[in-house]
Order: sequence, then structure tokens, then C-alpha cells
Amino acid sequence: MERAILRVTTKIFFAPIILYALYVQFHGDYGPGGGFQAGIIFAVAFILHAFCFGLEETKKALPQRALIVAMVIGLMFYAGTGVATMLLGGKLLAYDVIVPGSTHHAGQHYGILLVEWGVGVTVASTMLTIFYHFTGREPDIDQEDW
Amino acid sequence: MNLAAQLAVLPVIIPLVAAPITLLLPQGRAPHLWATLISWLTFAVSIALVSMVSNAGVISYHLGDWAPPLGIEYRIDMANALVLALVSGIGAVVFAFAYRSVEREVDPRQSTFFYCAMLICLTGLMGVTITGDAFNVFVFLEISSLSTYALIAMGAKSDRRALTAAFNYLVMGTIGATFFVIGIGLLYQATGTLNMADLHDRLAGQSNRMVEAGFAFIVVGIGLKLAMFPLHLWLPNAYTYAPSAVSAFIAATATKVAVYVLIRFFYSVFGFDFAFVGHAFTYVLLPLGLAGMFIASLVALFQDDVKRMLAYSSVAQIGYMLLGLSFATVEGLTASLVHILNHALMKGALFMAVACVVFRTGSHSIQAFAGLAKRMPVTTWAFILSGLSLIGVPLTVGFISKWYLLTAAFAAGHWYAAFLIVASSLIAMAYIGRVAEMMLLREPPSEGPYAAAKEAPMSMLIPMWVLVAANIYFGVRTEFTGDMAARAAEALMLVAGGAP
Repeated sequence: MERAILRVTTKIFFAPIILYALYVQFHGDYGPGGGFQAGIIFAVAFILHAFCFGLEETKKALPQRALIVAMVIGLMFYAGTGVATMLLGGKLLAYDVIVPGSTHHAGQHYGILLVEWGVGVTVASTMLTIFYHFTGREPDIDQEDW
Repeated sequence: MNLAAQLAVLPVIIPLVAAPITLLLPQGRAPHLWATLISWLTFAVSIALVSMVSNAGVISYHLGDWAPPLGIEYRIDMANALVLALVSGIGAVVFAFAYRSVEREVDPRQSTFFYCAMLICLTGLMGVTITGDAFNVFVFLEISSLSTYALIAMGAKSDRRALTAAFNYLVMGTIGATFFVIGIGLLYQATGTLNMADLHDRLAGQSNRMVEAGFAFIVVGIGLKLAMFPLHLWLPNAYTYAPSAVSAFIAATATKVAVYVLIRFFYSVFGFDFAFVGHAFTYVLLPLGLAGMFIASLVALFQDDVKRMLAYSSVAQIGYMLLGLSFATVEGLTASLVHILNHALMKGALFMAVACVVFRTGSHSIQAFAGLAKRMPVTTWAFILSGLSLIGVPLTVGFISKWYLLTAAFAAGHWYAAFLIVASSLIAMAYIGRVAEMMLLREPPSEGPYAAAKEAPMSMLIPMWVLVAANIYFGVRTEFTGDMAARAAEALMLVAGGAP
């Protein structure tokens, strides 16, 4: 088996990277971190996978079409939270209406959690889409084809 | 949900939420129908906003219930209500128009992304117009610009030069956006606030190097975005090689929104207390506006590509808008706002007519227009009527614009400018006349690639004629455009603090 150390190391690291991404994700509303950073770290796990096993293998695990759907779902989490607060009678993204009457602004906590989750999903899928496009680029166009 | 209380945020939220959903729709007709429906909904909301502002005065909406100046505020007064209605109205017409044109000019695999990007572009333009927060302007400006770069690049199916045009615009547009955000940063450093109304209060009486540099950065940055005469180099290629529907949409909206931002910063943020505003009017906008009117019109006269000709004509028309607002009078500002609205109507209709010709002949070279009056009479007359409007013939909106502008020029004592306005209209007559002569008087080719041209399909003709009819309607009845713009100008002038 070729490059056994590389393969085994990648497989060992894959899950902890994703766990770390989730840690950064859920840590985000109280301390440093948040959806952007978490999304990047999440994407890094798959980029490492692609480096080691090749782009085609990664695309089997996480196809391009799924990424587009994930992008939309992430955006919908964000926008949906905003629209939900509007439907509950508040202003756009006025999270307090999610848990009305809370003395310690529990609504703010849930609201930002949902929004950050949306950001994380979108950033991760967008990062991977960009990576897929750069690495899966077709060869340069011949001068004749212009 | 109380709809009236949420109305102020809907013009941005509706297309923003709808854009990603487009990507999930199956290829074919669905994305187009969805995008058109959304653009109509946005237009309806904008019209409701105009009537609300017109009856009840300024609307202020606090996002997330955070009160300004800390939170982001959407602030809608007469001026931006008008621009909102304009952008969404053009959107409603162009989205309906786009289907057949896009089918021909854009790679079918990209058509879903095309409508998604169009909706994002609409979101960005609406957001720039609606917001009362200076940094928010930058964010939405970039949302609209980034989607525009992608949309222009999609013209690559019919002409690979669309890619270089889009890249060129990307570089220039990013420089503009960077300058703009540097300017905002300097103002933030000087005042500690980003809310426009608050900026205005805190800038009062402040005139130091930092604020002056911030002002200069903002003017140059927005100048790049709106294609102010010497900064217009990205525009002709971008409009020429973009898919025709995109040309119609961005020519009628993107630069107009940038002019609105310039007006907003001059009048609502800086005001005439700040001496540089007066200097910028006298030494920058007035001469550059006049130069643009002439040089760009002259260049347009010698173009053999009709889309490129119209693009240069746009640069010239932006000269009129800058001229109007540089007079620093209520009349001048009214003329500028009226021309923003009217130019969008005429340029939208002209680019749509060209789109119809491209749809049937596959070319926007002037040769493709030979004898089209016999082959495509409905399109030909749409082009000629909106061309007459561009020249400024009575009973069209162009005449109203020129009338307001001439009145303002005389009232401000710039009588020479009045003569130059008339002279540059004559050049417009020459370049529109060239195409009209080609269409009306030449024999249609009996062989070659353009011989098989026939009338464009109804799905393109009806939206195009809606705009042509608007050109006539608002040229006869000026209550809507003229009076509303005058009220907007008076309100802006009040905040700015009278003549400099």
C-alpha cells in the first residue's frame, strides 16, 4: 500500500478537525470564533482529504450538487431567522421575540446561534466549491479555440 | 406580522431570500418565472413604499431593534423611494423580458445561476438605495457589483471578450469600492459613527485633513462606480459584451444608483457647511460633467457597434446628471433626479431594442440593423421612439429632463452650460440618426447572416413596449417624476443647508 502513513494520518485527523470546527462554531457567540472560522476549518478537513485521496474521491463523499444545496440551506438559516423574527412580530433579526419575556435575553442567544450555524454551513460549502473549481479546472484553452 | 411596519425592509429581503432558492429549481422555465415573480413583488412593495413616504414622510426601520446610530437603520425619504421604485420597476420589466434573450446568449447550464445573480444584483442595488448606514452602502454596493461581474462574464458564450470586459470591470470596480471604504474608514475615525444622519451632525463644523481625504476618497470611489467621465473606461466594454438583458438592466440601474449615492453623500452626509462640497461641484463635477457630455457623445458618434455606441451615450448622459447636481440649487438637483429616472427609462428601452435585434441577427454591429424597418418594424419603432427620447424631443421623457436641466442652468447663471446642453443633444441626434437611417432607409440584405431576420417574439416585445410607453407617458404627465423629484430635492437641500 502506497503512502500508508499519509493515508492513516489523514484518516486520524479528519474527525478531530471537524470536531474542532464544531467547537469553534458553538463557541462563537460567547468568545472568539463563529461561523466564518468554523466553516473554513470544516472545509479544511475535506481539502485535506482531497489532497491525500484525490479530488474524485472527495467528490464521491461530498458531491458538487450537495454543496450548492448546502449553500442555499445555510443562507436560508440566516435569512429564515430574520424572516421568522418578522413573522413573530418583531423587526428583522430582532432575536428577542424568539423567547418572549426572557429576563436574560435568551432569544438573543438562540438567534445568533441559528444565524452563525447558517454562516458556518454556507462558508464551508462555498470554500469547498471554490476549491473544487480551482483544483478541478480544465486544462488551458488553446489559442485556436478563442 | 404587521405588514406596514415591515414594509421598509421587504424590498431587500424579498429578492435576497428568493435568490438562493432559484438555485434549487429545475433548469428551464422555472428559474425565469420565479425571478420574474419576485421582481414584480419587489416592484409592488416599492410602489407601496413610495406612496407611504409621499403621505407620511420619512420612514426609519431599525434592523434587529438596535436603535441608530449604533444599529443599522433603513431610512427611506422621497429621494430614495423614487430610486427604489425605478430600480425595481426596471427589474420587473427586464426580468420578464429576459427569457428568450438569455436562452440564446447564455450557456444553458448557467441559466439558473444567471437568474440567481440577477436577483442578487437587484438585492444589492435596492440595499444601496434603501440604507441609511454608510458602511451598509459599501456592503450592498459590493453585492451588486460582484454579481454584475459574474453576469457580464456570462456573455462569454457569444463573445469571449466578455471575460476580459468583466475582469477589467472587476479591477476598476474593486479599486472604486476600496477607495469608497477607505473614505468611510476615515470618516469613521473622525466621527466614530457610520449612520449617515449622525455623520452629518458630527461632521458639522469639522474640516480637517482626515475628513477632507475621506471626502476625496469617497468621490473618486463612487466616481469609478458611476463612470464619471475620465473614470468610465470599464463601462463601454462591460455594456457591449454583457448578455443583452444584463446590459439593459445595469445600464438602466447600476450607474443611476451610484449617482444617487453621490447625491446622498454630498447633500445628506457632508452638506454645504463642508467647503470641499462646493469646490467639488465647481472644479470637479461641473467641468467633468461638461467634458463627459461632449467627448463621450463624440466618441459614440464613431462607433460601429450599436451597444458600444449606447454605452458611450450613457457616459455622456451621466454628464448631464453630474451637471445638474453641481449647480447646488433645488432646480439643479431636481433636474438631476428627474434625469436619473428618465435616462433609465430610455436607456432600458434602447438596450432592449438592441437585445431584440441581437436575438434575431446574432450581432450588435450597425451592419445588422440595415433595413430592419421592413423585417422588424415593431422593434425598429421602439428603438426610434426611445432614441427620440434620448435626444430630447417634446412629448418624451428626454424633453422633460432637458427642460428641467436648461431651466436650472439659466437659474444658476450658467447660461453657457445651457448652450452646451443643447449642442450635445445635437450630437445625440447624429448618432441615433445614424442607426435610424440604417434601419429605415437601407434595403434589407437579401443574403448573408442577417438576411433571415424577422420580428422578435412577443415575450420580448411586450416588456420593451411597456418601457417605450413609459417614455411617452412620463413625458406627457410630469406629476409623478417632476413633482416627486422636486419634493425630494427640497428635502435634500434642507438637510444640506442651502446654497454653498
